[in-house]
Amino acid sequence: MERQITLPICEEDTRALRVGDILYVTGKVFTARDEAHHLMLARKEKGEEIPFRPEEMALFHCGPVVKRDGADWRVIAAGPTTSVRMELFEDHFLSAFKPRIVIGKGGMGDRTQAALEKEGAVYAHYTGGAGALAAGALGRVEQVLWLEELGMPEAVWIFDAERFGPLLVTMDSAGGNLYRDLEQTVSRNRQRIDARIGA
Amino acid sequence: MQDERVKGKLVAALRQAATVLPDDVVAALEEARRIERSPVAAAQLDAIMKNIGIAREGSVPICQDTGLQTFFIEAGVKSPYLERLPELIKEAVAEATAEVPLRPNTVHPFTGENPGDNLGRFMPYINWDLVSGDEIRITILPKGGGSENMSTLKMLTPGVGLKGIKKAVVDHVISCGGKPCPPTVVGVGIGGGADIALKLGKRAVLREIGSRHPEPEVAALEAELLELINMSGVGPMGIGGATTSLAVHVEYAYRHPASLPLGILIQCWADRRARVRLLADGRVEVS
Repeated sequence: MERQITLPICEEDTRALRVGDILYVTGKVFTARDEAHHLMLARKEKGEEIPFRPEEMALFHCGPVVKRDGADWRVIAAGPTTSVRMELFEDHFLSAFKPRIVIGKGGMGDRTQAALEKEGAVYAHYTGGAGALAAGALGRVEQVLWLEELGMPEAVWIFDAERFGPLLVTMDSAGGNLYRDLEQTVSRNRQRIDARIGA
Repeated sequence: MQDERVKGKLVAALRQAATVLPDDVVAALEEARRIERSPVAAAQLDAIMKNIGIAREGSVPICQDTGLQTFFIEAGVKSPYLERLPELIKEAVAEATAEVPLRPNTVHPFTGENPGDNLGRFMPYINWDLVSGDEIRITILPKGGGSENMSTLKMLTPGVGLKGIKKAVVDHVISCGGKPCPPTVVGVGIGGGADIALKLGKRAVLREIGSRHPEPEVAALEAELLELINMSGVGPMGIGGATTSLAVHVEYAYRHPASLPLGILIQCWADRRARVRLLADGRVEVS
């Protein structure tokens, strides 16, 4: 089902989302990859404040190409990065910062699935490599954090998105998981493949 | 003066590689869209096609991961540019990084330092082949991290034979799932030593989609591997569908009797490349 989502989204509304839903997100989206996850969790552990409100935004696994445009930044290309690298700490991140929508590519593991169910959040897939298309919907760079420390790809970029999508929900808070379902299909197909090879 | 012009052409080639997907790749993606019956997979391919158009028209990078800039050079030993070329390439990469712009992707492995210009120790990497004549032919491959992470080396036991090779390639591509941004191009290098198998695999990726290995047995293996991989149903972006890979290219070298090295190199759907011919009189052609 196609849904227009305006952020912030509450837990109840997020829990109503299901695998197969196609989302278009309007509102604030922040990027975080390996290093930003690490840094934010370390700050939180030390009891330090994070200078933005991740619980009101969607988390986007992305290291964008941005360009200086006078005093502002302009986003050039911003597709998703491979999410499973963040599996190391995404469950802690979800419980510490409570973003309701995690956007990335390739899917995530069991620990993240459990955290989505516990916290009431979904994982949504965006077409990998479609960086130029994403840039059009992500609009203005609202804020950039830790650019000096982390460099362009790893810094936290906050965008004011307008109908960012299509985002396909592939992991939901009710235990729905497109990747697990597909694994069963692929493993059946693999038997046919092995028979063909004669292995 | 001449050097500046050559460098300018190299910058143009780097821009083209990052922003314009080669025709053979676009045609293969269009065909994948035509045969796709899963609506969610078709939506991925539609987004890809739309994205390719936006990038080409706006001369902006197709993907935010503009990769590590990798150069494959067939260098005519009599070319007057041989000595200056490495320096010109470095300068061109730094300029293109600021101009296109490319994402600064070179990072010190110990300190995490990012110089911001895509340069650094051994970067950009240049693969040299010396050939006769006075012409230099360069292929630029901007290789993304997501697909490179899915490349692998298997040191097989020779006794497993061709069957074992087929199984290892198909199993590996299936295990990658959506991570390398399918539909992918798979480069397979067989034989040589460990380093040679990987290098041959990467070289195989450079070939145009639709090209076949000149030896019929190898060409048949390419076609069979592609069919087997696409029987898996992994599909575009690993969410299920008809096309997991657009092409499989195989290259081989003779091997040691005790070894069967197998290099599997995965390239994402954004199979970006540009080719440059640098003639002895300073003329440069970019395609």
